[in-house]
Amino acid sequence: MNLPEPARTAVETFGTSLSWEQRARLLMQWGDRLPAMADDEKTDEHLVDGCESKVWLLADVIDGHWQFRAASDARLIRGLVALLLARVNGLSAQDLEQVDLPDWFNQLGLSRHLSPSRSNGLNAVLQKMRQLAG
Amino acid sequence: MSLISPWRADFPALDALERQGQTYLDSAATAQKPQALIDALAHYYANGAANVHRAQHLPGALATQAFEDTRHKAAEWLHAGACGQVVFTHGATSAFNLLACGLEHLFQTGDEIVISALEHHANLLPWQQLAKRRGLKLVVLPLTAQGVIDLDAARNLIGSRTRLLAVSQLSNVLGTWQPVAPLIALAKAHGAFTVIDGAQGVVHGRHDVQALDCDFYVFSSHKLYGPDGVGVLFGRHQALAQLRPWQFGGEMVLQTDYHHATFRPAPLGFEAGTPPVSGVIGLGATLDYLNDVNHLAAAEHEANLHALLRAGLVLREGVQLVGEPEVALVSFVIDGVHNADLAHLLTEQGIAVRAGHHCAIPLINTLGLSGAIRVSLGIYNDSDDLERFFNALDQALELLR
Repeated sequence: MNLPEPARTAVETFGTSLSWEQRARLLMQWGDRLPAMADDEKTDEHLVDGCESKVWLLADVIDGHWQFRAASDARLIRGLVALLLARVNGLSAQDLEQVDLPDWFNQLGLSRHLSPSRSNGLNAVLQKMRQLAG
Repeated sequence: MSLISPWRADFPALDALERQGQTYLDSAATAQKPQALIDALAHYYANGAANVHRAQHLPGALATQAFEDTRHKAAEWLHAGACGQVVFTHGATSAFNLLACGLEHLFQTGDEIVISALEHHANLLPWQQLAKRRGLKLVVLPLTAQGVIDLDAARNLIGSRTRLLAVSQLSNVLGTWQPVAPLIALAKAHGAFTVIDGAQGVVHGRHDVQALDCDFYVFSSHKLYGPDGVGVLFGRHQALAQLRPWQFGGEMVLQTDYHHATFRPAPLGFEAGTPPVSGVIGLGATLDYLNDVNHLAAAEHEANLHALLRAGLVLREGVQLVGEPEVALVSFVIDGVHNADLAHLLTEQGIAVRAGHHCAIPLINTLGLSGAIRVSLGIYNDSDDLERFFNALDQALELLR
């Protein structure tokens, strides 16, 4: 499958052998580059349940393609969410269903952050995305 | 100052964790296990498992003997003497639910249940839901700035309508000992039942339920270096006699036909179905091991480690301790740093601490926090563990700031 452009960049950046510090710095950079979400959009309705940190998620369909926007009050989660958006934004609903997200984070060397024991809420974000796109 | 734990070698997982690059500082969530327990489990399974209280055969008799021996050991651990006995449950949570169901018939609309603002969900939700079912009032005792239940407030809040008091002995978030003895006395003066959540307290001191004068004392095996899946509910004879059975099934019944049944008294009447036989036997081995540990030396070691932990944390810029922790654990937050970020980076460096709400969401909200990082200690921890934690913390803060 052809990866969206930001996803290819993500693989090039994270797909190499990195120290934990490098990985953390990159995650924070990716998080910082997420387009800001307006404060009035950060409502309880858009909050993802089940996260230790707050994550807000909004979804729009533009010409049949999904565009998610997200924000978080925690920097590393913001980075992880940014990597998630890099993979899924711009996909059609059909393509979105095909996305193997565990595999995606595996490619980035970040699969540990998807494990069910992690309470960082990334799994909850995925679930909410699927719900919104469902 | 180097603090070495003479008990570390008794816990094989500490070595294994070290080889995995992990520093374990989450004993308040669950503790590592002594070799003595691992041996007892292996021995039980390798030499013949059997159900308890049912069979006349030899393996059954041996298992029952070991199971009942643990009942005595657990009662002795709490200095129960002849005043009551121990019921085994599947965990502390299960014990609180047993109490909330077993005592339900004694409550009437308008009665009051008193808990405190620092209760773990396990000692909050069963009472909250009982109150909803029966139209009771749940009274929440406030805390002082030091993180201790406010006794002055308690004097006004515990009264003639109080039917039950359920409070924690040692806070799993604040690390503060609670004034349970005067609270119990207050509740008793009004004829209320008294329930002590000893899940944390039992690990960090030897307590005497006769002196405490509580009706019930609850703890979980797995935090006391024992197997998981086992809870201990101590009850005074008179209090146990007022409990109604809550789960029904094998071995708790005296007589039954298709339509009616009579039930056993405590303890078996509250142990429906096959109990966690291996776990209980394992807990017995753990208690034997702990009885051989010099308690004064262990308490001193823990106190020294705790002081080192506190001192190291307050040295760091922006660190705010949550409450005034006295023992076992320290929870903290750092100005301008999100707990989730710090937790993430500590995890990356192999530091196993707990982040979040610690199963006490109302308390965390009351404190005006969104969460906290908790470092908690066991007898096997040493100053090297803390040094690794502090190094990781400094690295994480350097990255985040």
